Amino acid sequence: MPKIIVEVMPKADLLDPAGKAVASALQRRGNDEITNVRIGKRIELHYESTPTDKDIEAAKQIAADFLSNGVIEDVVSVTVEN
Amino acid sequence: MKIGVVTFPGTLDDRDAARAVRLAGGEVVKLWHADADLHKVDAVVLPGGFSFGDYLRCGAIAAQAPVMESIIDAANGGLPVLGICNGFQVLVESHLLPGGLIRNEHQHFVCRDQKLIVENVDTAWTNGFKLGQEITIPLKNGEGGYIADDETLRRLEGDGLITFRYSEVNPNGSVNNIAGLRNERGNVVGLMPHPEHAVEPGFGPDTPLAMRSGVDGLTFFISVLNQVVNS
Repeated sequence: MPKIIVEVMPKADLLDPAGKAVASALQRRGNDEITNVRIGKRIELHYESTPTDKDIEAAKQIAADFLSNGVIEDVVSVTVEN
Repeated sequence: MKIGVVTFPGTLDDRDAARAVRLAGGEVVKLWHADADLHKVDAVVLPGGFSFGDYLRCGAIAAQAPVMESIIDAANGGLPVLGICNGFQVLVESHLLPGGLIRNEHQHFVCRDQKLIVENVDTAWTNGFKLGQEITIPLKNGEGGYIADDETLRRLEGDGLITFRYSEVNPNGSVNNIAGLRNERGNVVGLMPHPEHAVEPGFGPDTPLAMRSGVDGLTFFISVLNQVVNS
């Protein structure tokens, strides 16, 4: 199924409590080589047929307006996957 | 005076908010998230709890509900709107108030009687307070950390839009101890703590006078009724 994949991450300078919790669990597991963990979201938008340029533009708009909040998150990628 | 109280899927405090409106002398109109009709209310309360699983971000999906389209239009026209806790998050996600709310800095859910300083009384919901007054109302949230970029913070501070600040304890890591905000016009106010849980003796926070006698939250609802009567 053709998809547009939107990836959203918490802003680099903001606290990411989920990532922090996982990072400390990894320390407890003995994975000392991992210094930090950050957790974001991968959102798949599904389409009937290969997304057009217009669909991609619309998806970028949706990613900026609704799938992310620019105050706390960055949209790191919007990519087509067929 | 008719005050609308909105229920989203997941709202917890709509009944307490309705009770607060009644205790203040207002008439409650129940508003449903899927119904865009505001039924000619004179003001709206967006209560706390959760909404739509708070998927994506707290309040983000609720901000797209049919009732919110009408509330955003009406708020831009001057309708008094109070957002409490999740309701504050809905206001932020609706862009009626700036900034964002993230998970508490210490990562724990917090529930406490919280002291606040009233920083602005020129709003529909705070005109019954005195400037600088210290009030105590319950706070209960997991994602109450207020943040905004530096430019927004300068504007909030410069224009006097910060309406409440946490006093003594900053319970969630909010920048500049921000507990609540108003819009430029003063008709829209949002805050994380819960005024609707401090409206009746016997059920509010403790005060030096007696256990559970705190009713500081009632002033929010009396304020809006006074504003509506006088306008």
